[in-house]
Amino acid sequence: MGFDTVIQVLDSTLRLSTPLLLACLAGLFSERSGIFDIGLEAKMLVAAFFSAAVAYTTGSVWIGLLAGIAASLVFAGIHGLASITFRGNQLISGVALNFLASGMTVLIAQSWFKQGGRTPSLIGGARFEPIDLPFAGSVAGVPIVGPIYSDLLSGHSVLVYVALLAVPATWWLLFRTRFGLRLRAVGENPAAVDTAGVSVVGLRYAAVGIAGVLCGIAGAYLATGLQAGFVKEMTAGRGYIALAALIFAKWRPWHALGACWLFGLLQALALRTDVVEAIFPFRMPVQLLDSMPYILTVVILAGFVGKAIPPRAGGQPYVKER
Amino acid sequence: MTLMRSILGAAAGLALTAGAVMADPAIIFDLGGKFDKSFNESAFTGAQRWAEETGGKFREIEMQSEAQREQALRRLAESGSNPIVMTGFAFGNVLEQVAPDYPDTDFVIIDAVVDLPNVRSVVFSEQEGSYLVGMMAAEASKTGTVGFIGGMDIPLIRKFACGYAQGVMAVNPDANVIVNMTGTTPAAWNDPVKGSELTQAQISQGADVIYAAAGGTGVGVLQAAADANILSIGVDSNQNHMHPGKVLTSMVKRVDNAVEKAFKDGPGMDSGMMVMGLSNGGVAYALDEYNDSLIKPEWKASVDAAAAKIASGELTVHDYMSDNTCPVINF
Repeated sequence: MGFDTVIQVLDSTLRLSTPLLLACLAGLFSERSGIFDIGLEAKMLVAAFFSAAVAYTTGSVWIGLLAGIAASLVFAGIHGLASITFRGNQLISGVALNFLASGMTVLIAQSWFKQGGRTPSLIGGARFEPIDLPFAGSVAGVPIVGPIYSDLLSGHSVLVYVALLAVPATWWLLFRTRFGLRLRAVGENPAAVDTAGVSVVGLRYAAVGIAGVLCGIAGAYLATGLQAGFVKEMTAGRGYIALAALIFAKWRPWHALGACWLFGLLQALALRTDVVEAIFPFRMPVQLLDSMPYILTVVILAGFVGKAIPPRAGGQPYVKER
Repeated sequence: MTLMRSILGAAAGLALTAGAVMADPAIIFDLGGKFDKSFNESAFTGAQRWAEETGGKFREIEMQSEAQREQALRRLAESGSNPIVMTGFAFGNVLEQVAPDYPDTDFVIIDAVVDLPNVRSVVFSEQEGSYLVGMMAAEASKTGTVGFIGGMDIPLIRKFACGYAQGVMAVNPDANVIVNMTGTTPAAWNDPVKGSELTQAQISQGADVIYAAAGGTGVGVLQAAADANILSIGVDSNQNHMHPGKVLTSMVKRVDNAVEKAFKDGPGMDSGMMVMGLSNGGVAYALDEYNDSLIKPEWKASVDAAAAKIASGELTVHDYMSDNTCPVINF
């Protein structure tokens, strides 16, 4: 197994972890404000559909991206309405949205494009093309650093870099701004925030809205960056793996990056049976690699490796007076 | 239990006599969905063709979840549809339970064998068609490494892989065949993102022709192959048009013919096993205006010669499902 192979696996890791990372950060905002979000999957799926459908219709991937974010925001709005304004059960609202998204996307796609719940293939400007970072061509010949820069870091679609930049941005927003302090406080002790004269409802809507935007980008990346069109159920459980990553990261942004990379690496390894055979002396079933994210999350939840303590007010609707 | 069964049977009998006047055929599409550009769509094409030719009507149901199978079957049988065609191996167990309750209804199951007097089991010799496209792949490959990407890891898909590998080895005994399965759950039929990542992984291992037998996941495989400017091979329906000049050929399974024939035969058809192979036009490789520039005449000649040999029985392609082993690759 050569250095090239390592670069290829890591390259694949970066692509596979991007939708997880965006969805994980979305969940982070939402849950830090005290709103559990099972519906990450739903938001990604509607965003994937609308970004592909609008990108195909208009021929512009950027308009498609905006449409995807808008669709995801509508779903975030419904979740907010159900769980913040009407104080419904957040898990049930999320599950309902998942069902709604999976049925609705196929239904609309079928009546819009008549291609059996998929969009036509996107071509040209309707897709995110890989972009080359500056000097990627000229440093490619340099040993070690060259391949890392020009093959691994360069040559991804712009949304991959957006996702990576979203990590420090999230950290800064949550831990270095007044808004972030209040947002975290509202997830721990909303009554205290309310006493201080800050709107609990407003903060929670803001958090759910940010989650909507991030899920929108994740969905658009799946349909217009990684793929060239929407296929039914194309998120294939990535929203749930993102939730697992969120627990694994114990609701912290930098750890979320690590968790998503780890889960992405496991997925990438599962694709390369030749590499797996080279690493492990015994025959490692790829199914085991596929289920590792869930196993690791259970281990963390069970408290074997530190304790994962969710935001204290998570899942409870805020009632001003009793 | 017996009382329940007899009541059910009586109810079914009543429903049958009531519905026998109309007796429209019905078709049930499996989870991939009616327009999967592949297996189910091919079945739909056959039903459609029958409807256009005869002016008849047929009923259809598309499965949305595993749990619906039995309910859908019973509902169609009770409403008097006859014959009832279902696409997909997954109906096998359910049909075994349902079919005896409706002895006057004819059932047709595609891709599985159910040994009951009122069931016709249509199975395809996918290994034969896959063998032919495997030969094509080996001819077209410059690197000597070709790939196979399956959907859900089930014996049927291994049968495709095994036939393909045998065809590749027949042309180039030193060839390397990389086999990957997308997953072990039905979600593996609809994960184009994973399909395209698998494609890129196989390309980086040197593959330059990749055969996808993976339902909706195959869309991602064909896309990634076209983006990387290598060749891919489609499956079930003719998928050559999806990326003109980039899809080498498609292994066509004439599910449409099987469905059309079942509808034509109508109630009272011959039951039992029906094997659709090269000899009776059940499987083939696709050649049309989108790929005729890719296939050299001498490749076509040698593949057609092999097809003739297989059809006449002179050459046999090992069927993975006959003994769950494959002579040329390890799973």
